[in-house]
Amino acid sequence: MRSPELLRHAWAVASKDLLVELRSRTAILSVATFVVLVLMVFNFGRDQTAVSNLDLAPSILWVTFTFAAILALNRAFQIELENQALDGLLLAPIDRGSIYLGKLIANLIFVGTIEVIGLPLIALFFNVQVLLAPLMLVIALATVGFVAVGTLFSAMTVRTRFAELLLPVLLLPFMILPLRWAALTTGLLLAGRPLSEVHGWLNMLAVYDLVFVVLAILLFPATVNE
Amino acid sequence: MTMLRVGRWITALALLLLAGVYVRALVYTPAEASQGLAQKIFYLHVPAAIWAETAMVFVGLASIFYLFTKDPRLDRFAASSAEVGAVFCAIVLTTGPIWGKPIWGTWWTWDARLTFTLFLFLLYVGYLLLRNAVTDPGARARFSAVLGICAMCEVPFIHLSVYMFPTLHPMPIVLQPGRPKLPGSMLTTWLFSLGVFTLLYVGFVVQRYAVSYLREQLEAMSERC
Repeated sequence: MRSPELLRHAWAVASKDLLVELRSRTAILSVATFVVLVLMVFNFGRDQTAVSNLDLAPSILWVTFTFAAILALNRAFQIELENQALDGLLLAPIDRGSIYLGKLIANLIFVGTIEVIGLPLIALFFNVQVLLAPLMLVIALATVGFVAVGTLFSAMTVRTRFAELLLPVLLLPFMILPLRWAALTTGLLLAGRPLSEVHGWLNMLAVYDLVFVVLAILLFPATVNE
Repeated sequence: MTMLRVGRWITALALLLLAGVYVRALVYTPAEASQGLAQKIFYLHVPAAIWAETAMVFVGLASIFYLFTKDPRLDRFAASSAEVGAVFCAIVLTTGPIWGKPIWGTWWTWDARLTFTLFLFLLYVGYLLLRNAVTDPGARARFSAVLGICAMCEVPFIHLSVYMFPTLHPMPIVLQPGRPKLPGSMLTTWLFSLGVFTLLYVGFVVQRYAVSYLREQLEAMSERC
């Protein structure tokens, strides 16, 4: 299949998901509330005099985004289960890869929105300067990595027992690596270190993204073909 | 049924030889100068670690071929290899702290290789949980193949990532450039143990393979009734 067509179909799938979300706004509001609550848990779950905000900020940022992303990913294929919508999607004369790409784009926009909501809140609640351009790059790279794997896994877990529980169990071992690199980089960037000091971790994140996006596009048909 | 019996015999032989490894390691191999008796655990720890990691590669390879051929034997093999890999990982994660307490003074540290083994163990556990959570045999095989391939592809990343951290763990003694730097008697004991663990892996996998085949037969029969 030609690549412009693949992308056009992918966008059609993504815009369908985003439209559904835009009409109801239930999921995004729930996850945004969840983000605020996790930040509160962080605030009350520690001794504020013992650990400084700056030391804790990378952990707060990444743990919050991880949990919020898992919640968001669970929902990606859940909406396709109602009225066997997935069968309809699979019957459409489009490449399976474009269905995956569409879901990936929708999830990235969804998780990206949560991060856009979360970042200023972290800056507000914990008084750290997070609106740095290099940090946006780190967040974007790490998010692509774990959302790529998460989208693939959620296509499988929705059709299992204990779907909500199984996705984090399968996904977290794949999330911890990009999370680790991103948290290290975030710590250095928040401490005012230059971008040149963290480019090794950024390269790792980029390679991870590339490998798992390609792998997921190749493997996705196996998760939906009967 | 013959397969199950063959698997049992291989396992029995391997367990008998494992007793031989203990005897050889404790009686006929000199104690290491600085670590003393604690070092003896290496004869179990290292072969188990090698097979824990190799089993994951087999899971991944069998998964790739399964997706191309849809041969249920490959799926059964991947599942068996994952089960045995999980057990070997558990052996590594148990023997490691037993050695670590007297030598490092702590049961656990977030050291590169410890973290790696824990990762590997969790990947195995996830794989086995996914298999349990899917009821349809076709979907189970496809889903676990997808996860198996992803897990195999993640292993190099974990390797790369953990080796970028400073480490307390002893560096490879046997698998290193040039000659292995250990006395001949220790090397012989170690190679003997590696052979025994290979046999154990084969024995366990053959048994698990036979059991899952029988289980499938049983499921098919109960569906027909």
